[in-house]
Amino acid sequence: MHETRTISLTVNGETSTNAVPVRQNLVDFLRNTLGLTGSHVGCEHGVCGACTLEVNGAMVRGCLMLAVQADGAEITTVEGFADSGRGADLRQAFVDRNALQCGYCTPGMLASALEYVEGGGVADRSAIREHLSGNYCRCTGYQSIVDAVCDVIDGRARS
Amino acid sequence: MKAAEFKYERPGSLAEAFALLEDGDLDATPLAGGQSLVPMMNFRLAQPGMLVDLSALDEIKGISGDGGGLRIGAMTRYVDLAASALVAERAPLMAMALPHIAHAAIRNRGTIGGSVALADPAAEMPALLLALDAEITVQSSAGTKTHAAADFFLGMYETALQSGELVTAITVPAPAPDRRFAFYELARRHGDYAMAGVAVAASGAPGGVCSDYRVAFFSVSDRALRATAAEAALDGKVPMDGAEAAIAALGEIPFAGDLNAATATKQHLSGVVLKRALERV
Ligand SMILES: Cc1cc2nc3c(=O)[nH]c(=O)nc-3n(C[C@H](O)[C@H](O)[C@H](O)COP(=O)(O)OP(=O)(O)OC[C@H]3O[C@@H](n4cnc5c(N)ncnc54)[C@H](O)[C@@H]3O)c2cc1C
Ligand code: FES
Ligand code: FES
Repeated sequence: MHETRTISLTVNGETSTNAVPVRQNLVDFLRNTLGLTGSHVGCEHGVCGACTLEVNGAMVRGCLMLAVQADGAEITTVEGFADSGRGADLRQAFVDRNALQCGYCTPGMLASALEYVEGGGVADRSAIREHLSGNYCRCTGYQSIVDAVCDVIDGRARS
Repeated sequence: MKAAEFKYERPGSLAEAFALLEDGDLDATPLAGGQSLVPMMNFRLAQPGMLVDLSALDEIKGISGDGGGLRIGAMTRYVDLAASALVAERAPLMAMALPHIAHAAIRNRGTIGGSVALADPAAEMPALLLALDAEITVQSSAGTKTHAAADFFLGMYETALQSGELVTAITVPAPAPDRRFAFYELARRHGDYAMAGVAVAASGAPGGVCSDYRVAFFSVSDRALRATAAEAALDGKVPMDGAEAAIAALGEIPFAGDLNAATATKQHLSGVVLKRALERV
């Protein structure tokens, strides 16, 4: 018997009310029930960062939060960032710098990088690497990702 | 993998939480930040009958001054500790160590009470509490108990916490004006669990002799522990002048290897981290 709960939450600006199994992770709910497949699922134990998304203004692991815990929350996924234009410069810098190849890590990487940039992080390569240390990328070797984040910080400082 | 079936409750008061946790038929487990428990459930290493989500218990959240010290509610998240001016002022050791505890996204959910209750031998927080002479308050429907940190961490994932009890607060005494601190850990990658780490506290003027040392290691044994022979070897000395004798006294520690490093490596790295911490006192 699945125990279920009804939750109401705002995802990328739209409110929805759904019955969810209490054992369902937030990222599975977003992907499977709401069809928001931008957030990826890698390890399901908090290590890879592919599922990183924003809950009430903080970046968290979508695989380590239950959907039922998001009742009343405001959630933004990579789709929401794209819709609102938030972090558009970061996405462009990822393209310009070739900071993605297969793209599996990218939604989570963008979320963590956005948290760094918006939190007033400086264009210091080792500080950026530290902040992104919880996001695995198996393709790029990270250099180009750090390049992209530095570009955005420099660009925002100029404008 | 996905977690097995469980029931879920989010009580609004401690009394309601205790009623659920003390009902043996429910097989209930507290859920704090979920940053250790949910992975264990996803791996099916833990299969509780019910999760009692503590997130609505405002009474065990937040940081307040307690005399000249601190009282930290168990459900206070790492991110809030790191942002607290009161913590930076009264428990600078915590401020030094927090950036090394996991990654930003984990610190946004993980709580001090969760780390204390779990007692992972590789976790920083238990060692910090030993070095700070902190106390841990636990509660059940039967009442409140206070444990010195030194009496709380008993072994790997083993504490003085009894079934049905919750950790509700951590209290840190006011530091003496000349109290100084240092923290050092070696990890393979920033934010990973350390291969070995140490927290040091001592009283004395900068560059001068110090007394009343606390030397608390993590990730070198089956629990966080104080190296009391090393503390005695340092007593009355300038930190670096006592380093050699302190390192020689580390044989008292029951070193234990883990997936990260073998026992002999842990023993070697303990000397390395202690020396680097003493350079920073
Ligand atoms: C990728 C990754 C890296 C990490 N790296 C580190 C690291 O470097 N250092 C480190 O210290 N930790 C690390 N952690 C663990 C993290 O710090 C956890 O948040 C912490 O150990 C547990 O806190 P929590 O609030 O998430 O507790 P939960 O996971 O919710 O609970 C942990 C355990 O404590 C019990 N519990 C929780 N709160 C209470 C309470 N108030 N009273 C009684 N029992 C309670 C629960 O029932 C459970 O058994 C890492 C985690 C991940 C996923
Ligand atoms: S899927 Fe969540 S961190 Fe890997
Ligand atoms: S682009 Fe492939 S994992 Fe990062």
